[in-house]
Amino acid sequence: MINAVGAPQSLLLLGGTSDIAMAIAHRYARAGLRVVLAARPSERRTASGAELKNLGCEVTEVDLDARDHASHAATIELAFAGGDVDIAVIAFGVLGDAEQAWQDPDLALELAEVNYTAPVHLGVLLAQRMQTQAHGWIVALSSVAGERVRRSNFMYGSTKAGFDGFFLGLGEALREYGVHVLVVRPGFVKSKMTSGLDEAPLAVTPDKVAEAMVDAIKAKRELVWVPGTMRVVMSGLRHVPRPLFRKLPI
Amino acid sequence: MIPQPLVELHGWGRASPTMAHLAQIDSVADAVSALRTSDSRRGVVPRGLGRSYGDAAQNAGGTALDLTKMNRILSVDAAGEPPTVMVQAGVSLDHLMRALLPFGLWVPVLPGTRQVTVGGAIAADVHGKNHHTEGSFGNHVRSLDLLMANGKVRTLTPRGETERLFWATIGGMGLTGAVLRATVALQRTETAYFSVDTHRATDIDDLMQQMSERDDDYTYSVAWFDAVTRGRHMGRAVLTRGNKASLAELPSKLKRDPLKFVAPSLGTLPEIFPNRMINKATAKAFSTAWYFKAPKHRTGELQNITQFFHPLDLVAEWNRIYGPNGFLQYQFVVPFEEAGTFRRCLEMIVNSGHLSCLNVLKRFGDGNPSPLSFPMPGWTLTVDLPIENGLDKLCDALDTEVVTAGGRVYLAKDSRLSAETFRKMYRRLDDFLAVRREVDPEGIFNSDLGRRLKLSKPTMGGAA
Repeated sequence: MINAVGAPQSLLLLGGTSDIAMAIAHRYARAGLRVVLAARPSERRTASGAELKNLGCEVTEVDLDARDHASHAATIELAFAGGDVDIAVIAFGVLGDAEQAWQDPDLALELAEVNYTAPVHLGVLLAQRMQTQAHGWIVALSSVAGERVRRSNFMYGSTKAGFDGFFLGLGEALREYGVHVLVVRPGFVKSKMTSGLDEAPLAVTPDKVAEAMVDAIKAKRELVWVPGTMRVVMSGLRHVPRPLFRKLPI
Repeated sequence: MIPQPLVELHGWGRASPTMAHLAQIDSVADAVSALRTSDSRRGVVPRGLGRSYGDAAQNAGGTALDLTKMNRILSVDAAGEPPTVMVQAGVSLDHLMRALLPFGLWVPVLPGTRQVTVGGAIAADVHGKNHHTEGSFGNHVRSLDLLMANGKVRTLTPRGETERLFWATIGGMGLTGAVLRATVALQRTETAYFSVDTHRATDIDDLMQQMSERDDDYTYSVAWFDAVTRGRHMGRAVLTRGNKASLAELPSKLKRDPLKFVAPSLGTLPEIFPNRMINKATAKAFSTAWYFKAPKHRTGELQNITQFFHPLDLVAEWNRIYGPNGFLQYQFVVPFEEAGTFRRCLEMIVNSGHLSCLNVLKRFGDGNPSPLSFPMPGWTLTVDLPIENGLDKLCDALDTEVVTAGGRVYLAKDSRLSAETFRKMYRRLDDFLAVRREVDPEGIFNSDLGRRLKLSKPTMGGAA
């Protein structure tokens, strides 16, 4: 359980090797914190685990393959084997090349599966567990790309739009069970997912996203934009008429 | 039993609520049936009036047995030596005092509020201002009936073949079973008044010296101290000590009704307070006023029960003053020889920028055989801290000092200790766990506190 001063005792990171997931783990890291790193087996996962162990965390590595739906139940089962999970973060996703993504059927399917189908499937499995324990947080890392889908990355944006809607709705459904869902909508995050891309305005670091997430949980919020000004920008953009929107360099 | 809906339960600090099924228990049969029908993955915890500050009487996803309707006083043996009373566990100390006082009988241990149940007083092994002379509540329990995980009720006594389970239940935070009834030894009293001496102390050293020198002349002793003022007057305090007043000490006006129970209520605090009501300005003003309001020296003042024991009971739901974020109470004890650590901890609190108005300092007497009971010979300090950023770091730093000094933190107040630190503080934890494994191998009795401090095996957060 998250204690009176806001410290969780256990953290589940789905997509545990992502930059944002690690930044979150560092924010919460303290002696005795149980961290479950769910990701594909890799050197990176081992290294992330070792890093957290050095900070005094008890680390368990669990295999997660987003596209292998049949394996999800076992992944969640293992993640909860050590006891209650206080905060579960869905931190995996693929960006893909935006132009290739809408023209290559296989890549389009991959984006849809990894960014939408898998989070929904895992989200439902998580919700079942959290309902039983009647406490805890599911944190869904969404994106401003889903707020108004743009021509420039509509494949990715459309998956995040669905993702975002699902988790906001799940949060409403879980309220009566004492379970919270937080949707985090970062703008451009400077991470390995976006390396090689031109930095967009209002870009943030993974640590900034982690900080905003930690504060939002303390304040029991359901939705947080990172940076906060992104909310104003996007609510403006959302209402721009389509002919004009089309001409914007975004 | 019909499955109960989930309701939000919180401790007195209101800082980390969770949802549980609250089962109204009216009889032993109800309790047994609630135990049998509970979800074994999440278990059950007994709950009284919810005055423990943290998560001791919360049980996320499981069942909480609301025992406050089991509130009958079953029998009184007023002629016994000592006199005793047998009660159901849900009887509050307030109810018990009101019933017993007309017969000149007195509850031997009273914590800072009368609004606790006898079951809760046993589970937390509560103490009062007379710990240095009378010990904690558990010292006065002659026998208790415990509903165990196997659904059977067993009568336990402090000596004999049931003594291990008896003492594990004292201070056991409801994790050995549910106390359903208890027989408690009482004291006799001629009046409901106290003869009180008040002294101001100019700083922490003056206070500790005054307490060390003359505490033993008084049955009751406690100090309020200023936790805001820094520098030369750090720890300035108002020390109040007293003894039960005899009939001869009362003025003729009070002699007419010497056992009158004076417990007025000023009302209930509404739920309107924002966070940060306790801020630099209000905390400083309160602390200064409280200090100077007290006389420098006054002896032999007659005080009633509310004045002397329970000024906070004047206002119901006073915890709402802290706003929606809630607060925590940090209470620790360190051995007498660790006075240096004690002073350092006070400095850390005063200099932290976290503000506490309700601060209590006291000297404890001997502990009892319970493995999880809090009191031990030494200095104890309590502060009420509103939940603010950085409070976790202050508490962690205090924990480190307390552990190094061989001291500990009180579980009835705790809402944040880690399992690792807890183990270092309670050296007899393994004795407790051994008893628990014998009487509740499946961990049916469980709570948020139990899971947090790893007092039971991890329970699966879902269909296993």
